Amino acid sequence: MVELWHGLLRAVELIITFDPEVMQIAGRSLRIALTSAVIASVICIPVASIIHFNEFRGKRFLVSLIQTFYSIPTVAIGLFVFVFISSAGPLGFLGIIFTPAAIVVGQVLLITPILLGLTISALRGVDRTILDTARSLGASQMQMMVLTIREARFAVMAAVIMGFGRAISEVGISLMIGGNIRGATRVITTAISLETSKGDLEFALALGIILIFIALVVNIVMNRIQQR
Amino acid sequence: MSLKLRNVSKIAGALLIVALLVGLVPAVIGCDDAAADYPLHDPLVRFRIATTTSLYDTGLWYHLEPIFEELANVEMDIIYAGTGIALEYGRRGDVDAIIVHDRAREDEFIADGYGINRRNFAYNFFLIAGPPDDPAGITGLTAAQAFKKIHSLGMQGAVKFVSRGDDSGTHAKEKLIWKEAGFDYEEVRNSGDWYVEAGKGMGPTLLMANEMKAYVQADISSFLAYNLKNDLGIVSLVEKDPIFLNVYAAIAINPETHPKAKIDIANRFINWLISEEVQEIIADYGKAEYGRSLFFPIAECDIPGCPPVEDYTTPVPEYTGK
Repeated sequence: MVELWHGLLRAVELIITFDPEVMQIAGRSLRIALTSAVIASVICIPVASIIHFNEFRGKRFLVSLIQTFYSIPTVAIGLFVFVFISSAGPLGFLGIIFTPAAIVVGQVLLITPILLGLTISALRGVDRTILDTARSLGASQMQMMVLTIREARFAVMAAVIMGFGRAISEVGISLMIGGNIRGATRVITTAISLETSKGDLEFALALGIILIFIALVVNIVMNRIQQR
Repeated sequence: MSLKLRNVSKIAGALLIVALLVGLVPAVIGCDDAAADYPLHDPLVRFRIATTTSLYDTGLWYHLEPIFEELANVEMDIIYAGTGIALEYGRRGDVDAIIVHDRAREDEFIADGYGINRRNFAYNFFLIAGPPDDPAGITGLTAAQAFKKIHSLGMQGAVKFVSRGDDSGTHAKEKLIWKEAGFDYEEVRNSGDWYVEAGKGMGPTLLMANEMKAYVQADISSFLAYNLKNDLGIVSLVEKDPIFLNVYAAIAINPETHPKAKIDIANRFINWLISEEVQEIIADYGKAEYGRSLFFPIAECDIPGCPPVEDYTTPVPEYTGK
């Protein structure tokens, strides 16, 4: 138990002294996860709207399928992407294995189902009377879509935050296709796993606490933005 | 009045955001690759190696990496990987050189045309650790005798053994010792709850053995390094058996199999590892912290099973193409 206390003290110390290596790792984690969340949002919010606003056969099944992929293990995605982008793989010519870009690809794949599924749920939750009113006032299909998304913005933002949270906390993808290279692809979660392996449990715990702190800051900022 | 209060809370909120952003900015800027603590030499020339965990966990690469980066003006990417996955990265051409410690699989790797220019550059020993009261009574035995005792008491449910179970070099050595002790490995691993496959790196495996008061085989450097940071309740019981010899090798990836492999840098790297300069660093590494060396220069290896002298004295030749 004493490790927890020491870990907390160490975390505070690392934060207030701006420990350069920890700042570098934390910054990289944040940058990669934010990039993944933004890319996934740009893809998923329109796609979710298209799925929501159109009626087609197999729609229910599609939504169930998307929801099934919420529970895909990160190592499975890591391995899947690894096989594609490894030098011997079909996308090996891109040369992105063991780079931050590779981690972003994996994380986008990881959080796409979450963002799609939760955005669809969010759009479903919009009050029908508002839409009926808008339609009776002569709103176009496009205007209806924008209105729905705007009405659902809190829930959509919650989906984005959820996706960001899953991206910054995953370890399987970063380890497998990032390679945990110091100064290049080491992120907080892979550093935690390395420090545990090296036996520095306090430092590993401190990094975990810093990760939670970053998530807190990002959530506060995102909540502020959505309240505008 | 209520309006004013709302304004105050708004201002406070804005200030909070500003404060948090100020806190975040250094974190984001800090991720710039040119951060002061970690200078990039030539970010365009990235030399990738996959290295066995023990050399990394003990901090040896942190020590060696900047020296070679300076020397060769490259940016070294060191990927932390057990021997099994390191060989796989090598087969796929995802790295330029590998550092491994499993002679049999190295030979296969080279015979299959994936690797060239193997040189041994360091060695140390494995050990068997366990609870200080040593319920299986293995203290002072040979490795094979110790495994026999652990097996028979394990079958009675009196002791446990934690295996890496991850196809690492350490795990390969463990299999070899089981064979030496006259067991079929598949039978051992399926023989009951006493045999625990951790499926983890050396550190977490030691931690697990510690919690379970079990026996475990570890390389001496990882054992000492881990023990220094966490007081392990397990102690080294069996050492000094020639079978425990643990030889580290560097292998360049064959450019004929993987044309993108940076063979020139890999060759230079391997020759640098066997150079006097690095051999001296290896000899002294860890002395200050642990009171003894963690690795030995390969030239000091003089027991049966040591690699032939030419395996570490002959510099690798320059690659001249197909």
